[in-house]
Amino acid sequence: MPIAQQINGALRRVPVWAVYLVGALPPLWYFWLGLTGALGPEPITALERELGLLGLKMLIVVLAVTPLRKATGLNLLRFRRALGLLVFYYILWHLSVWLLLDIRDPGRIWADIVKRPYITIGMLGFVALVPLAVTSNNLSLRKMGAAAWRRLHKLTYAAAVLGGLHFVMLVKGWQIRPLVYLGIVLLLLALRIRPARRRAVATSA
Amino acid sequence: MAGRYRSPLKWSDVTSRRAFLNRRQIIAAAGAAAGGIFAGPALARIAAAASAYSTDAEPNSFDDITSYNNYYEFGTGKADPKRHADRLTTSPWSVKVDGLVDKPGEYSLDDLMSGMTLEERIYRFRCVEAWSMVVPWIGFELADLLAKVGVRPGAKYVAFETALRPDEMPGVKYPVLDWPYREGLRLDEAMHPLTIMATGLYSEPMPNQNGAPIRLIVPWKYGFKSIKSIVRISLVADQPPTSWNMATPREYGFYSNVNPQVDHPRWSQATERPIGGGLFSRRVPTQMFNGYGAEVAQLYAGMDLEKNF
Repeated sequence: MPIAQQINGALRRVPVWAVYLVGALPPLWYFWLGLTGALGPEPITALERELGLLGLKMLIVVLAVTPLRKATGLNLLRFRRALGLLVFYYILWHLSVWLLLDIRDPGRIWADIVKRPYITIGMLGFVALVPLAVTSNNLSLRKMGAAAWRRLHKLTYAAAVLGGLHFVMLVKGWQIRPLVYLGIVLLLLALRIRPARRRAVATSA
Repeated sequence: MAGRYRSPLKWSDVTSRRAFLNRRQIIAAAGAAAGGIFAGPALARIAAAASAYSTDAEPNSFDDITSYNNYYEFGTGKADPKRHADRLTTSPWSVKVDGLVDKPGEYSLDDLMSGMTLEERIYRFRCVEAWSMVVPWIGFELADLLAKVGVRPGAKYVAFETALRPDEMPGVKYPVLDWPYREGLRLDEAMHPLTIMATGLYSEPMPNQNGAPIRLIVPWKYGFKSIKSIVRISLVADQPPTSWNMATPREYGFYSNVNPQVDHPRWSQATERPIGGGLFSRRVPTQMFNGYGAEVAQLYAGMDLEKNF
């Protein structure tokens, strides 16, 4: 696979801080679009949706890192922590727009979280991301030990499913786009189940 | 001493906002006429009488009203209808009138509209998704149309159908709803003077993305009841199936009156966001029957509106 190796070679020259820097820009850009009327006549919901979608897309990229390496040899492992932290950053923006621009009323925020299943699920997804963001550093990895750290970071799977469900549930009716996103998430998770079972079969034989 | 001056003027003497705007329009029109060749490109302006049913709230801009739409036949995104609806052929247009009527038949739009009095109705418009606009519709009362075709005894409901044109409507490829789009009203709701068939807005012919060439407007109900691009009107004895109710009966009832006390299962209906206020605009409280309670509340006297949502 020479192409993958060429890309890997090129990627080796990309510093990780560049990923953080470029990744930090889209929310600012969308905010600017909202301020200047480029997100349409109802910019608050539009901004909220764009930011949530940005988080979900990046979460899909994070989940794709391992299958992509196994299938094509393309290695993005060096950037995975940055990509994961960007997921948290986007969802933090998404949540802030909901709290500070959309609902604003603290009483209603709590009522919505408890009463509306899609918000409950979205909130759970965010809560799952918090320990991941907090432990996405070398110190935590060392303190926790690799095995425990890896176990904790399986929460990514839960966050992805919750995020996909949140999107499917918040639209009116069964719409194609959210279902496609949820489908991709489930596919990327299914790819992880198969090799594990194969290994189990191999040892029992 | 303050308060000593007594004006003979009463509040009823204050020039209403509508009349004031009308006056300005007349002056502007006179100016344009005097301007002659300097006048801008001629627009197909529709003459319509003002109506006491209009709100004096400031209408949304033409741009807001025509670029933020739910018209799933052209896609589920708010900007999709504006992008795709120009494909819709609206002329010639005919509406099939059938069921329990004296004069059933395939009516051309002109036939249907002949003898109808066009009025401007500036109505609040509340979407079930908790946003709202104020729209200056042009239209005529549905009651007049029903009188024209003759409602037979036994008719209790009016059913409506939107055009279904896979060649012109890219959204109907997807089974988001069971196409064609269907809506319905109880006969007394349909006969109510607030209920209009709209054929224009802002003195322009109805833009395609807003439901050209003819659509229903029922201002005290959630927007999805106000069915667009109507090709069929049927007078029927039984409550007709309606699209959103068929899709999710738990979330969308047949009546779908605006009601801040009855939440959508997935979101609160207590407040709404007026469109057009920008990134920092606040929600405002939603009014019972969208503020038309004085006119329509008696239609539902004795009904449990929590059950009949």
